[in-house]
Amino acid sequence: MECVFGMVGKDFALVVADSSAVNSILVHKSNEDKIMVLDSHKLMGASGEAGDRAQFTEYVQKNVSLYQYRNNIPLTTKAAANFMRGELATALRKNPYMVNIVLAGYDKETGPSLYFIDYIATLHKVDKAAFGYGSYFALSMMDRHYHPNMTVDEAIKLADQCIEEIRSRLVVAPQNFIIKIVDKDGAREHSWRRTTKD
Amino acid sequence: MARYDRAITVFSPDGHLFQVEYALEAVRKGNAAVGVRGTDNIVLGVEKKSTVKLQDSRSVRKIVSLDDHIALACAGLKADARVLINRARIECQSHRLTVEDPVTVEYITRYIAGLQQKYTQSGGVRPFGLSTLIVGFDPYTGVPSLYQTDPSGTFSAWKANATGRNSNSMREFLEKNYKETSGQETIKLAIRALLEVVESGGKNIEVAVMTKEGLKQLDEAEIDAIVAEIEAEKAAAEAAKKAPAKDT
Repeated sequence: MECVFGMVGKDFALVVADSSAVNSILVHKSNEDKIMVLDSHKLMGASGEAGDRAQFTEYVQKNVSLYQYRNNIPLTTKAAANFMRGELATALRKNPYMVNIVLAGYDKETGPSLYFIDYIATLHKVDKAAFGYGSYFALSMMDRHYHPNMTVDEAIKLADQCIEEIRSRLVVAPQNFIIKIVDKDGAREHSWRRTTKD
Repeated sequence: MARYDRAITVFSPDGHLFQVEYALEAVRKGNAAVGVRGTDNIVLGVEKKSTVKLQDSRSVRKIVSLDDHIALACAGLKADARVLINRARIECQSHRLTVEDPVTVEYITRYIAGLQQKYTQSGGVRPFGLSTLIVGFDPYTGVPSLYQTDPSGTFSAWKANATGRNSNSMREFLEKNYKETSGQETIKLAIRALLEVVESGGKNIEVAVMTKEGLKQLDEAEIDAIVAEIEAEKAAAEAAKKAPAKDT
């Protein structure tokens, strides 16, 4: 029922995630921020087991910071993605992290990029990605309407169309969504899409 | 096998730990470093040896960041420093991960000092040959702090301190001239202390200022400008001393 998706635009990348924290039939809260700001120019939208999600994303974020202090230069998005994949792969055959991640980043040299990393350590560099039941609807909408080099407004419109599909077609659709964007000016929250006011 | 388990740092009959004292000697041979605490900033200054012409000076940063709000300068064995700094950086992130809060200056100083002490009481290792000056702002109270650690593992907080080569002269100067300062005045005081023992000039000193916003390394031009100001002030003071004698 959790849903995370993202796409790459002209000079930016977008990540959208639902903000529900659910335990069986109970909704704990509907303003949970599942898109972690990894560093100044990276966003990591994560879905999956709540404990693993928090643990893994925080662990990655602290290691990314450590790299920066040690080497006086931030990690590239590609490097961060590969680091995450490595950690997931190492843990996979012992006690796997049940977390799916959409990593979006902006590098000065290579521009915006998006990475699909699932819980069994699959890594793909993509233009659009989605996880969860909502992915059936989000990916279909993006397949139909996505084109390269979209502007921010076009991308937000597409994200809204995806959210609309998820809301209307998924039986237990999440109530609220959060949208975050990363571009040359950094990673930041863009907006919320609310149906409830938690 | 048993003989190699014996700690290298053992007590002498008159209660000294010679290895620790020799480590302090190594510190005394290291480059001069000074730290001065102001009301809204803390300044670190380190002597830079200018004889190495072919070396890329950017690769030898003597004042390093441990976290967003903590910086460290040291005197002594630089290789030992690298190891200690690495461990401290990991601890800063580890602390943030486990308690979701940044370290306080005192915490990380205690950690580094604890590490230095461990190596004076373990088998088959020698103490770290360096003293550190750790500066930062407390993330909760916003109070600036300056701490010093040494090879024995002791640490304490200071208003201003110096370590390394000729640290006694610098400390004497600071004791005579210290007063509560802020902003540019603190930077000038630190540079004045350093100039007591170091050849004048921006290319012989590395200076960094820690403010609430973070660490700022001063570049050569900025340092040269402040040095020029200090020289001008000194010259003016000299002239003022001679002038009354002329009136009589």
